[in-house]
Amino acid sequence: MKLENPKNENNLDDLAGGSQAGLQKQKQSPLVRMAGLVALSQWYVKLLIVLVCLIIPWVVASNYAMRVIIYIGLYIVLALGLNVVMGYTGLLNIGHAAFYAVGAYSTAILMVKFGMSFWLTIPVGMFFGVLLGIVLGFPTLRVRDDYLAIVTLGFGQIVYIVANNWMGLTRGPRGIPGIPAPRIGFADWQIVLESYPAYYYLILFFIFVAIYACVQIMDSRVGLAWMAIREDEDVAAVMGINLVYYKTMAFGFSAALGALAGSFFAVFQSFVSPNSFTILESVIIITIPILGGLGSIPGTIIGAIIMIGGPEIFRAASEYRMVIMGAFMVIMMIVRPQGLFGKKLYQPTYKM
Amino acid sequence: MAFLSVRSLIKRFDGLTALNSFSLDVEEGEIVGIIGPNGSGKTTFFNVLSGMYQADGGEVLFNNHPVNLLKLKTHQIIGLGIARTFQNQRPFNNLSVLENLMIGGHCRTRAGLFSALLRLPGACKERRQLKAHARKVMALFGDRLRSVEMNPAWTLSYANRRRLEIARALTSDGKLLLIDEPTAGMNPAESLQLAQTIQAINKRGMAVLVIEHDMNFIKKLCPRVIALDYGQKIAEGSYDEIRNHPKVIEAYLGRD
Repeated sequence: MKLENPKNENNLDDLAGGSQAGLQKQKQSPLVRMAGLVALSQWYVKLLIVLVCLIIPWVVASNYAMRVIIYIGLYIVLALGLNVVMGYTGLLNIGHAAFYAVGAYSTAILMVKFGMSFWLTIPVGMFFGVLLGIVLGFPTLRVRDDYLAIVTLGFGQIVYIVANNWMGLTRGPRGIPGIPAPRIGFADWQIVLESYPAYYYLILFFIFVAIYACVQIMDSRVGLAWMAIREDEDVAAVMGINLVYYKTMAFGFSAALGALAGSFFAVFQSFVSPNSFTILESVIIITIPILGGLGSIPGTIIGAIIMIGGPEIFRAASEYRMVIMGAFMVIMMIVRPQGLFGKKLYQPTYKM
Repeated sequence: MAFLSVRSLIKRFDGLTALNSFSLDVEEGEIVGIIGPNGSGKTTFFNVLSGMYQADGGEVLFNNHPVNLLKLKTHQIIGLGIARTFQNQRPFNNLSVLENLMIGGHCRTRAGLFSALLRLPGACKERRQLKAHARKVMALFGDRLRSVEMNPAWTLSYANRRRLEIARALTSDGKLLLIDEPTAGMNPAESLQLAQTIQAINKRGMAVLVIEHDMNFIKKLCPRVIALDYGQKIAEGSYDEIRNHPKVIEAYLGRD
């Protein structure tokens, strides 16, 4: 007879402690399995979503509805950018509209005053956005939490005030009108993107670029470093993560997406003025990822649809529609504080 | 010169001198135990060594690197080969066990923003290698971490979180491991197992500095023990020498 039965030993060993979670494969209920079939990770679900996105302009007839949908798209790009800083890196930024403004003004000024092509103004706008993100990134390294929120708030105000007062460059409150529509083509063969479906496909393309960038970056060394900073800055530094470098990079990345949205806004609206980049704008952009669930890309998209589409649906209620939205947000934060798609996160009871 | 050489390290918190001209030598592949009453400066020493605190004076030389460690930034130290765990368990709670370990390997990898965005083959290969390396480190703890590698760290049991912290530090492929009170909250069987794991880690060529209150654990694990009190080294030697040292007895029990 064998004295040592490895299986028994294993059981004794397990009695000594240690988590048993995951040791046994839990039997999945049929409902869970059915949910798995329509999960976002399935290729046919992705394809279906892309197809639905592509046929929207063919189905939606009214210009008003198309305009709302395009605005939703614009805010998706903005919120995805903010999500990188807030959801992944855990830095509260109440000045995201500043990056949006930089992108919009770059495109407006370069196209109107210098006659540059829209496509060229995008990288230039992103460059200025990133530059600004880096400038913001440096002072924020010294502050945390609430203090960081105040710094970014002040930063957003600085950009707004500069746009409002630098008459020579931005024409101040009068804004810059007459931004031409973007064109595609060579020499004689030109397509001017000026219809709503054209703008819709343009923003759809930008959304796909933004989603691709976010997904790729999250599943990488940089994404892991960002999340480590969100979880515990001090430990992240001890683990070899250069806080200065990665926080600045997060702000830069977020700023690039914000500026991209700004460039689109400038040509779509064909007019920019400082009033589009007030603190209220930053607040609306912040609520989107919080509503949808911080750190979740589908959540951010749904959040934008609710936050931008919601007030339009209730437009019949005129003045009261913001009351309805506000009440909805309050209920939402009580019932599901982690957001619609957010994972329930572990909250430390104390912080060292 | 010694592998790790700490020379008259000083750390003050306002009026309180937490480390008062503390010196220590550790040879390559050694296990050294650090004991002392609460507040004697043990964890402060680890915090200074790992760069979390700025020292007020002294010099730390490591593994023939020509630089004084105290002059480096926090994130540069792990790259030289000093990794640590924390007394009050600080895993990255919302990240999976595997991700925690991969962050431990941050200093071994180089991929940047653009190689990640464009999925360059170099970055992908590096990531695959890091994953494989992290799984190898997990294997040191048997099935304990392997079986939960996709679960977020906060769902782990207390003992498993300690294992996770050690594993995370090991993924950095350091040469010196600082372990701060590894057995707190573990039962005797678990501490025994942990002692064996630390010995296995040590056999792979890693020097280990361990702070511990459990004297049985120290006795089993550490050929050399250092006793601290009021930020100063009061005794040094084998476990038996330390146990009977009058100054150690005084530090723990007080004078008659």
